[in-house]
Amino acid sequence: MEIVMSIVIGIVFTVSVYLLLSRNLIRVILGTLTISHGVHLLLITMSELQRGAPPILNIGEENFTDPLPQALVLTAIVISFGVTSMLLVLGYRTYKEHKTEDLDQLRGSADE
Amino acid sequence: MNNIIILPIIIPFIIGAILLIFAKHHKLQRVISGLTSIALLLFTIYLTVLVYMDGIIVLEAGNWSAPFGIVLVADMFATLMLLLTAIIATACLFFAFKTITPKRERFYFYPFYFFLLVGVNGAFLTGDIFNLFVFFEVLLLASYGLIVHGGTKYQLRESFKYVIINVFSSALFVVAIAWLYSVTGTLNMAHLSERIAELEQTGVINTIAMMLFIVFATKGALFPLYFWLPKSYFGPPAAIAALFGGLLTKVGIYATIRVFTLIFYHDAGFTHKIIITVAAGFTMLLGVLGAVSQFDFKRILSYHIISQVGYMVMGLGIFTPLAVAGAIYYIAHHMIVKTALFLFEGAAKRVTGVSDLKQMGGLLKTHPWLAWLFFISAISLAGIPPFSGFFSKFPIILAGFQEGQYVIAGVALLVGLLTLFSMMKIFGYAFWGKQKHTEEQAKIKIGKLLAPIAPLVALTIILGLAAEPMFQYSLEVAEQIMDPQIYIDSVLKE
Repeated sequence: MEIVMSIVIGIVFTVSVYLLLSRNLIRVILGTLTISHGVHLLLITMSELQRGAPPILNIGEENFTDPLPQALVLTAIVISFGVTSMLLVLGYRTYKEHKTEDLDQLRGSADE
Repeated sequence: MNNIIILPIIIPFIIGAILLIFAKHHKLQRVISGLTSIALLLFTIYLTVLVYMDGIIVLEAGNWSAPFGIVLVADMFATLMLLLTAIIATACLFFAFKTITPKRERFYFYPFYFFLLVGVNGAFLTGDIFNLFVFFEVLLLASYGLIVHGGTKYQLRESFKYVIINVFSSALFVVAIAWLYSVTGTLNMAHLSERIAELEQTGVINTIAMMLFIVFATKGALFPLYFWLPKSYFGPPAAIAALFGGLLTKVGIYATIRVFTLIFYHDAGFTHKIIITVAAGFTMLLGVLGAVSQFDFKRILSYHIISQVGYMVMGLGIFTPLAVAGAIYYIAHHMIVKTALFLFEGAAKRVTGVSDLKQMGGLLKTHPWLAWLFFISAISLAGIPPFSGFFSKFPIILAGFQEGQYVIAGVALLVGLLTLFSMMKIFGYAFWGKQKHTEEQAKIKIGKLLAPIAPLVALTIILGLAAEPMFQYSLEVAEQIMDPQIYIDSVLKE
């Protein structure tokens, strides 16, 4: 299972790097969205995908699932949700002010 | 009793939330935020003295004991950073009262300001590496709000790039944490230090260390990841630019020093002496060359942040107590002087209306106080005795020669010379020469703007003249952070 997950994470990272390197504003934002998905999958996979009993409640069980990565990934998801919504607003305002979504035209070397 | 170390996080958080309610009453906002920042300053002075006298204070959140729960750790390094943060935050806030337009004040300037402090103080105090990530995100989200605050065309364009680079590096931070957790099975920094000492620092741990270094180098503007800084710090008004220039990159540097003295110190021959020292050398040199090539007051100062961050990391790279103490002294000196210089830029711009050096001139004649206070800060930055710049560069370069790192020490000396050159360029163009602003502009009074900056200038003089006790203090801080066992014992209580 971990191997399948690793391949999936690799694909997600590839897609997000491709999107991050594109010229379109909205694609770059989608790139940050997918890279955070890839990172969250990595976080949950790196501590092994055990299928034991839920921790704390079941006394007497031998195998427990590690609860910490799930708590971590939940925190990370909430943060990336906030950052993405902020980025979408920022991208929209940038588009409204500059009337373009092409990052090549937002290089800004004219005023140096 | 040890609950008090959560106050630097919780006070700005509550006050920031309260200020959200009073967003439209800017008089009330000024009163509340001014009083809070002074209270925070007094409290951090108390905390610094307390930790200096009684040793490290540890708070286990929710009474969960150390490796399982989240801990907050106030050691001497953390409290020193808290104190410096409170000093420059107060100075910038009082400068902002006079310069931020009411329109900007109404759009949640002060809440953002305090939420930024929540993140910064939390990042200094936390003893858990995932918590460090969370506090980094808190401070970054507030900084996104502040850097684009006002929403001018230039700000929107450059902030977008600032946000993207920071989101990307935060993603790498989580990757590094995931690897670290899978290798060691813990995220508590003291526990990590113990586990890695058992595992021996080999290939995979060095990889993780370098990944974290890349993350902190992006936040702290080190070579080759500093390209976002000069343009994005040019956009916001002087009070915000000064706070960012003084504070934000130093959080990245603090995290680098913390991680590479507490956790990844076993393979110093590779990580410190090669990777960090080389990065420091290029950072210093390219930063100062960028500054020399610029002709804008604010851009020159922004490039100098980069070159000076290099000195701090150079102190870490040489990795002797003397060098690390020098780096700590340098952080203190830099945070104070850099903030002062950015605020002087704001005051000069109030008079002339521009920050392009070619359109400025003759400020010495019309505003002598501004000129001479700027002059003191500028030569302090360049490292001329008797100000703090000299006494902070001296131990770092001395340690470089003692350790036989001649190339990096030579680069540091050259960079000092070029810093002096570009500071004198600002002085020569903006303050000497023919008066280029109109007679009406010459009558603008800026005494009220200089009042919050004067204490910072006084501090650089004090740090210079009282170098002996101050340096003794940074040496004690350095000895404490270079012996990880002290930190581990006080957190894990074995």
